[in-house]
This record gives sequence, C-alpha cells and structure tokens, in this order.
Amino acid sequence: MADGATAAAAALGSTPTGPLSGLLFLIVAFAAIALAAPRLARRPGGSALVYGASFIAATLGLLSALAGLVCAPETLVLPLGLPWIGAHFRLDALSALFALVVNLGGAAASLYAIGYGRHEHAPERVLPFFPAFLGAMNLVLVAADAYSFLFGWELMSLASWALVIAHDKSAENLKAGFVYIVMATFGTLMLMLAFALLAGPSGAYAFADMERAPHGALVTALVLGLALVGAGSKAGLVPLHVWLPLAHPAAPSHVSALMSGVMTKVAIYGFIRIVFELAGPPDWWWGIPVLAAGGITATLGVLQAMLQADMKRVLAFSTIENIGIIFVGLGLALAFKGNGLEAAGALALTAGLFHVLNHALFKNLLFFGAGAVLNATGERSLEQLGGLIHRMPTTAAVMLVGAAAISALPPLNGFASEWLTFQAILLSPELAPWGLKLLVPAVGALLALAAALAAACFVRLYGIAFLGRPRTGAAAEAREVDRWSRGTMIGLATLCVLAGILPGPVIDALQQVVSPLMGARMPVQGDVAWLSIIPVGESRSSYNGLLVFVFILISAGLAAVLIHRFASRALRRAPAWDCGFPLNDPRTQYSASSFAQPIRRVFASGLFRAREDVTMPPPGDLSPARIRLSGDDPAWRLIYAPLTTMVDALSARANVLPHLTIRQYLGIVFSALILLLLVLAIWP
Amino acid sequence: MALIGDLLIQGTQMTVVLAVAPLVTGVVRKLKARLYRKRGASVLQPYRDLARLFRKEAVVAEGASWLFRAAPYLIFAATWVAAALVPTFATGLLFSWSADLIAITALLGSARFFLALAGMDVGTPFGGLGSSREMMISSLAEPAMIMLVFSLALVAGSTQLSTVAGVMLQGVGLRVSLALALIGLMIVAVAENARIPVDNPSTHLELTMVHEAMVLEYSGRHLALIELSAQLKLTLYISLIACVFVPWGLAPAGAGLTHMPLGLLAYFGKLAVGATLLALFEVSLAKMRVFRVPDFLGAALMLGLLGTLLLFVSRGL
Repeated sequence: MADGATAAAAALGSTPTGPLSGLLFLIVAFAAIALAAPRLARRPGGSALVYGASFIAATLGLLSALAGLVCAPETLVLPLGLPWIGAHFRLDALSALFALVVNLGGAAASLYAIGYGRHEHAPERVLPFFPAFLGAMNLVLVAADAYSFLFGWELMSLASWALVIAHDKSAENLKAGFVYIVMATFGTLMLMLAFALLAGPSGAYAFADMERAPHGALVTALVLGLALVGAGSKAGLVPLHVWLPLAHPAAPSHVSALMSGVMTKVAIYGFIRIVFELAGPPDWWWGIPVLAAGGITATLGVLQAMLQADMKRVLAFSTIENIGIIFVGLGLALAFKGNGLEAAGALALTAGLFHVLNHALFKNLLFFGAGAVLNATGERSLEQLGGLIHRMPTTAAVMLVGAAAISALPPLNGFASEWLTFQAILLSPELAPWGLKLLVPAVGALLALAAALAAACFVRLYGIAFLGRPRTGAAAEAREVDRWSRGTMIGLATLCVLAGILPGPVIDALQQVVSPLMGARMPVQGDVAWLSIIPVGESRSSYNGLLVFVFILISAGLAAVLIHRFASRALRRAPAWDCGFPLNDPRTQYSASSFAQPIRRVFASGLFRAREDVTMPPPGDLSPARIRLSGDDPAWRLIYAPLTTMVDALSARANVLPHLTIRQYLGIVFSALILLLLVLAIWP
Repeated sequence: MALIGDLLIQGTQMTVVLAVAPLVTGVVRKLKARLYRKRGASVLQPYRDLARLFRKEAVVAEGASWLFRAAPYLIFAATWVAAALVPTFATGLLFSWSADLIAITALLGSARFFLALAGMDVGTPFGGLGSSREMMISSLAEPAMIMLVFSLALVAGSTQLSTVAGVMLQGVGLRVSLALALIGLMIVAVAENARIPVDNPSTHLELTMVHEAMVLEYSGRHLALIELSAQLKLTLYISLIACVFVPWGLAPAGAGLTHMPLGLLAYFGKLAVGATLLALFEVSLAKMRVFRVPDFLGAALMLGLLGTLLLFVSRGL
C-alpha cells in the first residue's frame, strides 16, 4: 500500500521524500499492525509482538516529526477519499509538534505495554485497536482537508471507544462507553458544521482553500464557537468534560495514558488549526470565551480531582485542569493577536504549547504509575493502598517526579510552562478592551488557585498511595513491576526533569510553530547566558531552572555532608511517636477522603453540594458512627440532567409518530415540502 | 572585579540570612514573653536548641521511608535558595536573575510539598492531619501570594525582585494597589509562617496545630533542619516585605563595598521592627478555628485580586 501511495504521489507530480511520507507510511504501518493483531492476539507472545511493532513505528514517527519540525512544510495530494477533493496531506511545524507529542506518547505507551500488556486477560479486545488508535491520531495531524481530518477524528474516537469498553464486564465501563460515544459524536458534528461554514457554498474543503477564502465576521464567530465546543468536548473543557473522567480510567492504563496525555492534545491541535489558521485573523473579543472556559476548566477540574478516591479518576480530572491551563495560554494568544500585540501573543502561545508537551510527559508517566500500582495490587482506590514506597521503590520514585512536575514545582517542567503563562498574563494590561482588562486578572487568580490545589491534590494522591502504612493486604503484598514498565517510566521522568531545567531549547524549538501562526516570535533563548530564559526583557523577568536545580542539590548536599561530618550521624529506629499513643491499626491513618475534607468544606460545599452526613449511635449503643459523603458535578445537575429529561420528553411525544394513518403521513410530507419551498423562496 | 564584588554580596547574603534567622525567631519569642509579662528565654535560645538537636541522634519511626529522611534536606535547601534570592542589604545579587518572585514563591511551594509528604510518611493520624490542613491553607495562601506578586510586578514592571526593589527605591509614590498588597502580604506571611491566628508555633495541644503536627515524628538533626527552615522562611518574609515596601538603606546594584555596612545596619533595623510588629500582632490575637482561616486568607486573595484589577484598569493606581 505504501508503494501505491508513492506511485500515486509520483503520478500527481509531487515528491514525497520528506518526513510527511514517513508519517503517511507510519499510518499504513499502524493499519497493518491493527489488521494483523487479531491473529497475533491468540498466540503466546503475540501481544509483545504487537506492542513492539507499535513501538518501532511510533519511534519512526517521532523521528519524522522531529524532522518535520525543522523542514519546510510539505504537501501531498492522494486520490483517496471524496473523488472531487482527493485526500490532502500537509506536514507543517504545527502538525509536526503534535505528531511529536503523539508518537512520543505512543512509543512510551507501547514500550510500557510490552510488560504491562502481559496481564491483559482479553488481549484480542485491546490489541487491534491500540495501533489503530495511534494511526488515527497521526492521520488527524497530517490531514489537510476537512474530509480526511474528520475521517481521522472519527476513527480516533471509535478506536478509543473500543478500548474504553474493552473490559465490558462492568456496568460502569459500559456507561462510560455510552457517554463517551454520545459526546464524541456531538463533538464531531460541531466540527463538521465548523468546516462546512469555512468551506462555504462552493465546497472548498481543502484547508489551503479555506485559509485563502475571506470569511464574514458572523461566520468566523460561529466557527470559533463550534470549534470551542467541538474540539473542547474532546479535550475536556467544562462543561463538556463529563465523559472524560468516566472514559479515561475505564480503559487499560497504557490506553488511559494515551487518551489523557495524547488524545486531548490532538483535540487542542484541531482547535489551533481551525481557530488560529483557518478562520483567519482573530477579532478583539475571541480571547474572551476561550479564556473564560480555560480558567473555569482549570479550577473545577482540579477541585474535582481532589475529591476522587479512584487513582485513575484523580488523574483524569487533573487532565481536565491541565487542558484548562493550556486553553488559558491559547486564549491569551488570541486576545493578544486580536489586539495587535503579536509579540506578547507569541509568548502566550509558546506557554500553551510548552504545557501541551509537559502535560503529555507527566500525565503519561502518572498513568503508567497508576497502572503499575493497579497491576501490583489490583486496586485503583486510594483508600485501599498505602506504603507502596517500600514495596515498589522505582515506581514510587518516578511517581514522585511526576507528582512534583504536575504540581508546578520548580525546577521541574510543569513550573516552566506555568511561569511562562504567568508572564503572559503580566503583559496583558496592554490590552485595550475593558472586557479583557477585567477578565484576565480573574483568570490569573483562577490559574493560581488551580496550581495550588494541584499541589494539594498530588500530595494527597502520593501521600495516601505511596507513603504511610499499607491499608490492605493487597498493598502490603505489592510487587515491583516489570523492567519494561519501569524503564519507560524512568525515561519519562528524565524527560520531565530535562524539560524543566533546560526550558530554553524547548522554547526555541517551539518558535518554529509559533511564528507562522502569530506572525511574531519570542526572543531567541539559546544566546542567553547560563541557559536562562528571558521571555520579554532582562529587567522584566528571567528564570533559570538549571541553576535553581543545581543550587538546591548543592545546598542539600552541603547540609547533609556538614551535618554528618561535624554534628551527628547516629540514627535509631523506634516505634512511631504519635504523641505517645501510637495506634497499630493502619486504618487510623488519614484516608484519602479525610485528607480532602478541609478542601471539600472550603471549596466544594457550595458548587458541588458536597455534604457530610454523620450518624452517631445513641449513647450506650456500641455500633460504629458512620459518615456518608455526597456531592455531585454541577455540569450533570445543571446541564445534562435537564437535557436528558428534555430528550426523554420529546421522544415520548414523538412516540405517536410511528402509529399514524397513511393520510396523516402524506400530510406531514406535504407540509414539510411546502415549508422547505417557502424557506427557499424567502432565502436571500 | 565587579564579578567578585557581586559574588561577595551573594555569599554574604546567603550567610547572613542563615545566621540571622534563629535570632529573629529568638527575638520574637522574647518579645512575646515580655509582652505576656514573663521573663522568657534568651534571644540566643534558638541557636542553643539547634546546636543541641544537631548533635543528638535522630530517632526515626520504624515505618519511615527514605523520603522521610531526605525531605528535611530538600526542604532546607529549597527554603535557603529562596531566602538567598531576596535582597536583604543590597540589590545587586549575582544570581538574582535565576529566579524571580514567582519562582521564589514556587520554591517555597516545593518545600511545603515535601514537608506535607514527610508528614504522611510514617502513617500516623497526626501527620496526616497536619499535612491535610497545611495543604488547605496553602491552597489559599499561594494564589493570594501570586496575585500580590502580580500587583507588585505591575507597579514595578518586573517580577525580578532586585529590579522591583530598585524601582521602589526610586520611589513610586503612594498607591492604592501597594497599600492593598502590603496588607495582603502581611496576611500571607502570617499564614505561611504558621503564626497566630492561623497556627500556633508554641502549641502543645495536638488538635490545634498544623505545622507542628506535620513534624511530630521528627527528631535530632532532621528536626533541627526543619526548625531552621521555618526560621529561614520567617526571615525571608520579613526581608521580602522590607525590601519591597521599605527599601531604604538597600545598597543599589554596583554601589561597591562601602555601602554594605550601611545596608546591613538598615537590614538589621528592619528585621528588628518586623519582629516587634509580629510579636505585637501575635499577642493581641487569639488563634482562629481552622475553618475560619479560609475567610482570613480569602481576604488576602481578594486584596491581591483587587490590587491587580486596579493596575489593569490604570497603571497609576
């Protein structure tokens, strides 16, 4: 098939010799692996073979993407898809950056799954869809016409849906699959409408034509709204996020990592492609809805993450938070560009894209860690874990890096991108419109709140699962996971540290993407002394992750050496002190829900209607006191519950339709015809 | 030559904050005792305590992991690095560009992250209680701090603390936003340093403590490092408020070594005033219930937000 592609391309007169053909070849390779997988799944070692092949393919994709980041954009038209459009493919720096994220995540997930996938009890339900999922995501990124884009998008949704319901025994997973497929279809519909508006009545579905065509203000406003809803529902923007915390944790852990760390990024790619490029230059107000959605998403996402007991659901909600942070960066970029401040916009977009990369790194790492814990203990609930740092030292160490990185702690990578976002916010008093002047500080406060709550959330996750004493036998008996999984996690943790202490080269690389989109770029960071980053000007702000890292290491090392040398090095192990009353039962430790209690009371009692009902037995009764926690998601309560009620009511009304007489049917058809003709007559 | 001068200033700065931190705590304790009409221990008592703790053997709980033993060093290092980057007596710090005010705030956040984890490591109820409450307090104190940093940065046009101090030294006049920021920063400083009314540094009643509950299992050199970090943090916050709001006496960048004695003298004066104010503040209030703390810190957050909003509306406010 690859030969066919080459021949067809040669026939069309283009020369597919660069990284684009590498990625197209890769998509074909993924399709081939997916087709071969059902047969391999039944063989012993077949799963390692599929994942190994996926790993090799994704690594090649990673190299192609790296090449694409530095090469000039390439285009290719193949005679596939709709006959009068053909299939357009294009690889520019934006596609290449996201292809880098997808294939890095894909390579890591495949490598992890070589070990992890051995424990899969129904491999034939996972193996074919995993490479198909990876291939579909790559297809979305290289597609350059609406048809191929939506084809790839739907394939991505369906493949991931199949993976979500791979373990279909539990009703919870089936519900997750149902909600997911409904929301995914809705999102695709919105994107389809957006593309239809952009293509216009002449049906110019190739991206290049859409970009060239002039669009009216109303059309672009509608496109912005549709893209925000369509791509936002896939990325997990509040209130379209409801499927995400159900679906992401339901899939096997390496797929959860891909869905959270990578697929949400493909959605962000779609948003950037449509809004930053195809819709033309932004109006002054475009940043407002994006910023508002981003700020609210970041805060609500992390608050709900704080209240979950299921480890993978905590991670899924934290994905929603990080998507919010990314959208804040994108919203700022739109606001700056729409008001003629391209240089500031370049900073904001760089911050957003840097966070895309960072979130892909640490969210994959954290989901792999959660998968390792799930494998070792069979438990996902924090309340059943504890003390894993003793039993799983490597997993615990890399998870600590991941938790610190996602909590935006210096000198790790999460802080670098968050710092850039804050710097962009500090440039925004330059924005003239009042709406933005009032909104941006509020969004800044929401972002700061989200960062602080993320730290609380990950102290809770790490502290309950890995520290303390094991709460169950399963946690006490946990065994460290296999070499493949550990190696992958160590690799990702190293990348988190590297991107954190050397943000300058990453920022410089991102400018390839930023400058065509914004028409401006950030100052070159490679020339700055000592590998610092200076986003605007030297007197304004600078940060040096490497130096902070080195300073911390030196001070800690110096303190340790001096104390051990000159003061005391004696150490004695003794029972815990605990104010004189050490309690032996590990159940007396703080649990996940008790850790969250102060924050639940402060933040969640209003919005999430979090309640605590305590039933105390009457005096003399020896039965235990009970506390029952309740709470709900306002999105379900305020939007989806009324919506489903409405759909139910409508369908109950429509129930008469199948039972009409033939005359009534003819009457309906006739009046519909009249109505359509009237519309046509009135239409300008 | 300039490099050597800068290096000297940076080195002096690192040593001075470390050396003076226990004294600040000692002075606050002494003043509080006098205000309660007690005699109080000597102002040098914190040094003696630290020396004693450093020499003692460390007793570590049986279930503690490596994190429990490594955390004190990391907490100390992060706090010390942060404290070394706040201008105390001179603005021309050699490495001041390696972390701005946002990064300094976040470095303190790193220290707290490890402290909260260390509190949960042994698996005792008190540790978890302290960590949980600490994270609740920080979830409000940290955004408040960031918003206050925004206010300062917008006034000075920089998040670089040396530059901010330089701008303040030239004078920016009386500003509404700066007044809001000062009040907010004081509230945050009280909360971050676990002082009354948010937490009680000298409590022995388990259920009322936050910081002390987290470090309950620590002893010997580990406890000494954590106490020293807490003292450093207090000094850091007083220095921060001093360098932004009363920058007078700070030796400007490139001023040469002759300005240093004057700068140091001014710095010690500011620390003494800060410690006195803190002691007065603490004796005149009672500790709050834990669930009143969010209101207290929410006020700081709102002040920061209001200050930032004012500056977004007009740079002159």
